[in-house]
Amino acid sequence: MTTDFLQNALANATLDTAVIGGCLIGLAATWLYLSIGRIAGISGIAARALRDPGWPLMFIVGLGIGGWLAAVIGASLSADNLASAATASSTSIVSHLTDTTQRWIWLVAGGLLVGFGTRMGSGCTSGHGVCGIARLSPRSLVATCVFLATGMVVATLLSSSGLLTSSSGLLTTSSGL
Amino acid sequence: MTKLAALVAGIIFGAGLVISGMTNPDKVQAFLTLNNNWDISLIFVMGSALFVASIGYAISNRRVAPLFADDFHAPVNRVIDQPLLAGSALFGVGWALSGFCPGPAIVGAFTLDARALLFLLAYLMGVLIFEQASARKGSAQAAVDG
Repeated sequence: MTTDFLQNALANATLDTAVIGGCLIGLAATWLYLSIGRIAGISGIAARALRDPGWPLMFIVGLGIGGWLAAVIGASLSADNLASAATASSTSIVSHLTDTTQRWIWLVAGGLLVGFGTRMGSGCTSGHGVCGIARLSPRSLVATCVFLATGMVVATLLSSSGLLTSSSGLLTTSSGL
Repeated sequence: MTKLAALVAGIIFGAGLVISGMTNPDKVQAFLTLNNNWDISLIFVMGSALFVASIGYAISNRRVAPLFADDFHAPVNRVIDQPLLAGSALFGVGWALSGFCPGPAIVGAFTLDARALLFLLAYLMGVLIFEQASARKGSAQAAVDG
């Protein structure tokens, strides 16, 4: 049973893109530190960008440009063309708008908790999970264990109770690009 | 120069988030949900990012100063306190409910993903609520680890 569980987990995973994307994230964190001595923690940078429109805001804009470029190039590589990538993003807005109201409640509740929690805990997945652990920070190692644990417990409980699955279409495995 | 360097870092980071699939909240929730549809991709994303960043930080720290700035700004706080634990616990719950953490939500907002936009509005509210609450308590601004 345990082996089935792990085999499924590996079969569901998209390992090649996970490793390529992960290496890029590590490279970006390295570059931000090597070039201007800053930690690539996005919740911290976002909070700073709200009052300091200098490098933090440029980093945020870069996130959008890089993400958009990767989505467009990825869509064109995977047999689709640019036009269909554009329509895909606009139809997805419509389909998400007509999504169940239940999903909206999860998104709003989740957003409030992530905003409050990442400020209180001074970091998120990037700041603690990647940069902090890479710097061998004990605070970040503990923080990462805590948010992974609470995240897994809540998602697993909600899913087994049918609450999360029904609203988010969790069982439809979509591969990102 | 600092702004250009930050822009480049953001572009690489954003591309990495999209390529790795982490901008898809369903995929993140499939990682957090331990059932037969468990998707372990996120471990490999985080693991490879950690591997590269560990080497990158080690090499960078051999220098006296960054390339285009006077000082390295790594956090020095090493005390595991209650706000760290409580905040991280709340973050994990919100992450599970929404499938979003701040980076993917920002990328998703730029591509006009309605889910990301809604999440991000609530996220900003959450940030403001925390800042109002901590200002009212008169406590100093929380330390920023990242």
